Amino acid sequence: RDFNERCAQCSEVNWGLTDGGRFYCRSCHNVTERTREVVNTDFITNSRVQTISKGLRKQENNDGGSEWYICEGFQLVLKKQVEALEALGVCPQMKDDILCNFWRCYLQKSKQAYCKRPSGEAVKALSVCESSTDVDSDPERPSVLHLLSLSESEGDLQTDCSFASSVSKVSESTSVYSGSVDGSLYLMKNQKEKLSMTMPMTLSFCYMALLWVREPMTLSELLRYVVEGHIPYLNVFQHFPEKMKLCGLDLKIFCVESWPVYEEVFNKMHELAAFLDLPRFPDITESCFLHPDMLCMKYLMEANLPDELHNWTCRVVKKIGIGEVDFLTLTPGNKSTRKVKYDVLAAAVIVVVLKLLFLLDDHYEWLLSELAEERNKNNTEGVPYFEFKKWYEVVKHSLDVKQKKLDEERAKYPWRCEKPLFYSVKNKSKVLKRRQMVVNLQNQFGKLSGSVQRAEKPNPSSFQLRWSEENTDGSCFHGHSLKGILQEKRGLLTAMNPDYWLCTVKLCNEKLCGHLAHYREVEFPQSYHFVLGLFSFLLWVQPSYIHDEVCMIEHKLFNKKLYKKLKYNTVLRK
Amino acid sequence: SSSEHKLNFKKSKEACLSYIQDALLQKQWKRAAEFLTCYVESLEKDYSREHIGPSEVIWRIGTEILWHHSQSSMKEFNCFMEQMKTLGVKRYLKVCLEHVFHLLCNGQIDEAYQNLSLAESWRFGEQTAIQDKEMKLIQAYRGLLDYYSWSKQKNILLENSEDGFSDLAVEQEMHGYFRKAAVNLKEIIKIPGVWDIFVKCYVDLLEFYGDHNEARQVLNEYAYNSKFPANPNAHVYLCQFLKRQGESKKSLTSALKILHDIVPSHELMIDFNTMLQKSKKRKKRQLGLEVIFAVLDYAGWKENAKAWSCLARQVKQIVISEKHLDWIKQEWNSRKDWWPAFHFSRYLAKRNWQENKSLSYEKALVAGILLGKGCKYFKYVSHQGCKAQLKRFRVLKKFVNRHNPVYLRIS
Repeated sequence: RDFNERCAQCSEVNWGLTDGGRFYCRSCHNVTERTREVVNTDFITNSRVQTISKGLRKQENNDGGSEWYICEGFQLVLKKQVEALEALGVCPQMKDDILCNFWRCYLQKSKQAYCKRPSGEAVKALSVCESSTDVDSDPERPSVLHLLSLSESEGDLQTDCSFASSVSKVSESTSVYSGSVDGSLYLMKNQKEKLSMTMPMTLSFCYMALLWVREPMTLSELLRYVVEGHIPYLNVFQHFPEKMKLCGLDLKIFCVESWPVYEEVFNKMHELAAFLDLPRFPDITESCFLHPDMLCMKYLMEANLPDELHNWTCRVVKKIGIGEVDFLTLTPGNKSTRKVKYDVLAAAVIVVVLKLLFLLDDHYEWLLSELAEERNKNNTEGVPYFEFKKWYEVVKHSLDVKQKKLDEERAKYPWRCEKPLFYSVKNKSKVLKRRQMVVNLQNQFGKLSGSVQRAEKPNPSSFQLRWSEENTDGSCFHGHSLKGILQEKRGLLTAMNPDYWLCTVKLCNEKLCGHLAHYREVEFPQSYHFVLGLFSFLLWVQPSYIHDEVCMIEHKLFNKKLYKKLKYNTVLRK
Repeated sequence: SSSEHKLNFKKSKEACLSYIQDALLQKQWKRAAEFLTCYVESLEKDYSREHIGPSEVIWRIGTEILWHHSQSSMKEFNCFMEQMKTLGVKRYLKVCLEHVFHLLCNGQIDEAYQNLSLAESWRFGEQTAIQDKEMKLIQAYRGLLDYYSWSKQKNILLENSEDGFSDLAVEQEMHGYFRKAAVNLKEIIKIPGVWDIFVKCYVDLLEFYGDHNEARQVLNEYAYNSKFPANPNAHVYLCQFLKRQGESKKSLTSALKILHDIVPSHELMIDFNTMLQKSKKRKKRQLGLEVIFAVLDYAGWKENAKAWSCLARQVKQIVISEKHLDWIKQEWNSRKDWWPAFHFSRYLAKRNWQENKSLSYEKALVAGILLGKGCKYFKYVSHQGCKAQLKRFRVLKKFVNRHNPVYLRIS
């Protein structure tokens, strides 16, 4: 902490401590030879230093690289990600105050740094530069091919036969190949015990930090920005400095070949929060963006639904208590509270409200629409009554267009980047040749693609669908009135629809099968499926996620009635 | 399109490929190119477990696009093919061969020849042995182009000799091409396969240089060796050869008979029937009848006056001689259910009469004999013919009336 010299390379004063006990510059990853004397208990020299210093941490390798550890790589990834978030407008404190501390805490808890390594645990980390005499020959060391099979990734990387064949010739005495020092060790570690870092987990870190500062960015937005390329994730390793050579098993860790999945990132985040023993997160109150009332407003706008529906969503939120601070705020480690998916929850509330007002049984909503149409003919109020049919046609059309475009983008999604990846020195030339051929072919056929140019990254935007009230074609429904489908009863406007159907009579046990319900399209009305599909598109999640939340809300809403009348009807009177 | 929000490399490329395929089917070359541009990064991944890898996909699709795209040039095409050759050594000769085909389609004979020569000299360890079949094909096609050159020289020579010039240099060149062509063509046709064009050219060469024995042997092998896939053309070539060479009727007949068994509707059958009708042997004449009936079973011969005249002549001859009516009966047996509707409807009578009087004459004769004077076709045509005061129709009418009872005996 009190090392104040300027870095030789970049002249910054921004030091961190490697687990080798040496200072390294956080800005440029220049490692010094200076070691930290043990003064306080914060930084206790690793006993691991003994083992590693045998093969001195060399500054330069044959190929110009230097030693680096996996967690350094992840640190760099996180740094890039949080910088991108800053560029998107997230508050700057997130980087230095929040995420940095989370990360340090993680390193400490997972005993990768800042701690005393339990004695007796020998480090079997190997690297290219170590000579074979330094290696602990361990007859139980798993073979390389076994290591390759340990992975949560799609496994595409492991099918590289050229790698397999080149490695199979590697004898026991030579090193397990990775550019990092501990690449092989990292993959071998028992994942559950120590919560090893993975690429999706970097997003969990980001989300956790966002949640802590209560940024107006939901998880689905975050993941969408990742896929749209605004946040480094896919080929982030191309930003590693030259000295950090990435090859062999490192690729398994840092190369991503699939889009991040909401559920995975979400669950990991909670796991992480508990692992780090974090206290209760800052309160999510009514004025927070993540509060259902706020998010509902946003999604109502995006779904082109009348603003008046907001009253209804607020009523539902209030009635079932999901707007309470204690419900919404995350308390890590508290297993009794349900983990809240803020975005999905808000969308589900809207779906429930639509069911309340329109029933959505493929029948009633169209009748209501006709009724509203009739009423509209004599409408003198200056504001049209909301007609479900018109809304459906407009939104469906836009949705279809967008979906089609999205499907094409998915097919054209660029996975690779300029920086070629080598498994081993042996296939380096082959890889380079291939890359050159790919570039040539891209040029050749790119020219023949006509005027279609590789579209620039769209500007990051919180809204995917936009509807403007200025359009005179009546395609914006925000200002429409719900009076067309409401009736007056005792001075209050209530829904004309007296019925409601539950998505499911009984909820599943989430702990057993992971879901509250199981959504199958054919079992539900088309209108319901359409509405789920709409929010599924906006949130970039499976319709079943939203369906789960809808079930949860319904059961809270009709709790009393359910216990009374559970046996026979699935259609209840409100 | 899927509303799934998960996506990985493999699924993404699968989707990409299906977009490419759709675009190709609809001949939207620009769109296909657009998606192919995104697909090519698959080359950087290993698909050795899949049946068809990305390199093959890119080769085939890229070829299609570059061949059809309006903005693509031969230069670009060739450049692409060269890249594809380096992409997969296991496919090297195949790519070379297909490249040659495209060059030939584009009329670039010399470039094609160069490529073939280059490919022929390719060696790559054990791959050379593995790709032996492709190598033979390459040599065969080079032989074919040599034949083509030979042919050109031959024509020049013939023209010159007509004008009274003799050109030794041209002759030498011609012989040189012959030698090169013959060597390669001979090799390929040894391997069981369908080599129509190679066989034809080789036989042409042999005939020109007078080696009829070899030619006959080659054709016999090609037609009769059971290892070779069944190929009607082989028999056709043999028959044509035998005819050209004025071979004995016996050998020609046996070859033609086999052809009749395989392709009853072949045009050589007409001549075959003519030949057989003239034979002194009864069996041959009967075969002739069989042959001509078989020809007219096929829709392609329905309106062919020559075919009908053959049948008519033979039927008439049989009726007049009053011998062998059982032959007609035998042939008619399997046809009496459907020939009337197929050939002798009233509608056809009208049409044939309008379009081709000779045809209707021959058909009417046959119809009258087979179905009697009361049949629609005969009645209509003979009536029209007599109305038009055409003599032969009057003769026809008399003939059929006279022999009317015949149809009873054969039905």
